Amino acid sequence: MIEFLQQLINGLAQGGIYALIALGYTMVYGVLRFINFAHGDIFMLGAFAGFYAGPAVLRITGVGPSLAAVLLVLPIAMLACALAGMAIERLCYRPLRGRPRLTVLITAIGVSLLLENGGQFVFGANPRSFPELITDRALVLPPALGSLATLTITLSQVLVLGIALLLLGGLRQVVGRTRTGLAMRALSLNPTAAQLMGVDLDRIIALTFGLGSALAGAAGILASIQQPSIDPLMGIAAGLKAFVAAVLGGIGSLTGAVVGGLLIGVLEALVVGYLSPTYRDPIVFGVLILILLFRPAGLLGRFQPEKV
Amino acid sequence: MHSRLLPALLGLALLAAPAAAQDVIKIGEFASMTGANASFGRQSHNGTQLAIDEINAAGGVLGRRLQLILEDDQSTAGQAATAVQKLIAQDKVVALLGEVASSKSLEGAPIAQRNKIPMISPASTNPKVTETGDYIFRVCFIDPFQGTVMAKYALSKGWKKIAVLTDVKQDYSVGLAEFFVKYYTANGGTIVRDQKYSSGDKEFRAQITSIKGAAPDAVFVPGYYGEVALIGKQARLLGLNVPLLGGDGWVGESLLPVAAGALDGSFFSAHFSTDDTRPAVQDFVRKYRAKYNSTPDDMAALGYDSAMILAEAIKRAGGTDSAKLRDAIAATKNHAGITGVITLDAQRNAAKSAVILTINQGGFKFQETVAP
Repeated sequence: MIEFLQQLINGLAQGGIYALIALGYTMVYGVLRFINFAHGDIFMLGAFAGFYAGPAVLRITGVGPSLAAVLLVLPIAMLACALAGMAIERLCYRPLRGRPRLTVLITAIGVSLLLENGGQFVFGANPRSFPELITDRALVLPPALGSLATLTITLSQVLVLGIALLLLGGLRQVVGRTRTGLAMRALSLNPTAAQLMGVDLDRIIALTFGLGSALAGAAGILASIQQPSIDPLMGIAAGLKAFVAAVLGGIGSLTGAVVGGLLIGVLEALVVGYLSPTYRDPIVFGVLILILLFRPAGLLGRFQPEKV
Repeated sequence: MHSRLLPALLGLALLAAPAAAQDVIKIGEFASMTGANASFGRQSHNGTQLAIDEINAAGGVLGRRLQLILEDDQSTAGQAATAVQKLIAQDKVVALLGEVASSKSLEGAPIAQRNKIPMISPASTNPKVTETGDYIFRVCFIDPFQGTVMAKYALSKGWKKIAVLTDVKQDYSVGLAEFFVKYYTANGGTIVRDQKYSSGDKEFRAQITSIKGAAPDAVFVPGYYGEVALIGKQARLLGLNVPLLGGDGWVGESLLPVAAGALDGSFFSAHFSTDDTRPAVQDFVRKYRAKYNSTPDDMAALGYDSAMILAEAIKRAGGTDSAKLRDAIAATKNHAGITGVITLDAQRNAAKSAVILTINQGGFKFQETVAP
């Protein structure tokens, strides 16, 4: 029982990372009806932004590894990723707007390959050690919990889930309460009508990419705190899993992306812990196939028939 | 990009030199210069290049210069086959050097064998590599030996219960685990948990949680350095504080920086130690440092040895005729290499000593030498 709960905790912490990345997939899909396959590599850029900014921040501000250090580096990586995401949209996707969706999709794969191989060229191909922003340790649980006190919950796991939930809350506020968010929702509902109502298409799409990429950047930092080895190809697997999470939760749905991410994380931990890691990817991608077959709109998505 | 451009430019420069083309012996090398195992590729290539440069500086072989043509297989499945295909078909190399990772050597070996191009792997320890055929050699020991060495060591330490954590995507890891378990269980040890992961994984808490539940005395992790560092780190965080044991796949530039102390007190078997006081070793370490500004590891030393053995064989064969060259390599006897005295046996493997190293305060410390 304790082992099961431990696997659940492990899975939730990993799922928090997937959830943050999945949000970016789902947001871009919401406004553009297109899967940005370079999104996983933005996650990688976030990790490298932290890799370079982390030591500088620690040196300049003089703070040691602590929560403060994380909170200082996090916005830097998020900003760097937001700029990268917006630049990619401006340079690669905007010129193709109105072209067949397949063209943009293939471009996205091209951008992804560019970031992966360019990353190996610029950052080096060897895995790098992520600077210690916060000293990770197992939390001491109160003995009053009885046998539950033997569970290991690490500081980084709490941090990942906490920050992921905070960012989700913030995102919901932006999308639900602000005029920009209103414009995003309008665009996702009906782009033509939204434009007729005066929504600035270019600006909103750029902002959507910026927001989604910032979340992936945050995920990059959080993942690297938990697993402090980063390399230019780290975005491939994480991106694919997050994509499955977004589809599982219902692509286009913010809550769905988070639920999907957490579910995939837990599913992976349970499969690895109780079956075999060999089955982990087949089962995760099997879920993708099942969802597409039986509930294409995902768990929380609404099915929208294509109007002909 | 760099790594491909440079040899290409060098090649051009050589072509431009008068009558140089005829005087060159082309040797192909395939290595993981980028991707997850880039440390293997960089180190083995540096070592190989160092040997080639030394040979050329001393006048080459049979009056001809050696030209090393490098292909990067990107640590990606399938790319090693493409690289070897290109080196043989387009570059017309007379022999091949590579790879470090056994699964990559196993991709390249059948192609080399089919084309009757001798291939020497510097560091692939899986027995299947040289079983591919009579044109495939290696200059390192093999996993039945390495697995036995570590199993014996674990038993000598009194560790009776061991959990195994294998990388299912690497022939090396699967094979080494198998030989370790065979000796260990036949001599009184018990495997209390058998867990697996795949190359490229970064999250091992699920496996470690399961292993911790079995309360082992030690954990055998015959993987590659990238994953091992994270396994060590996550094991300590989850309170699994027993020593980890491993093989030569642990040797990689990022192992210690990533593990950041988490692997202290762990042990692994390797080919070479920079603590070795033999003058040849110290000389090699000094030359390598001077040229590359970094410390050579096992892969560099084995890369160096593989190139030296090939050059020596070309000299003895009196040319580059493939059958004669093959026979000359097979006849390698008592070659004084950096990683020990190398004699190739009938199975085209090198029977050599292994060293056991321990990790202590961010460095490798020599423990003992184990003769075959």
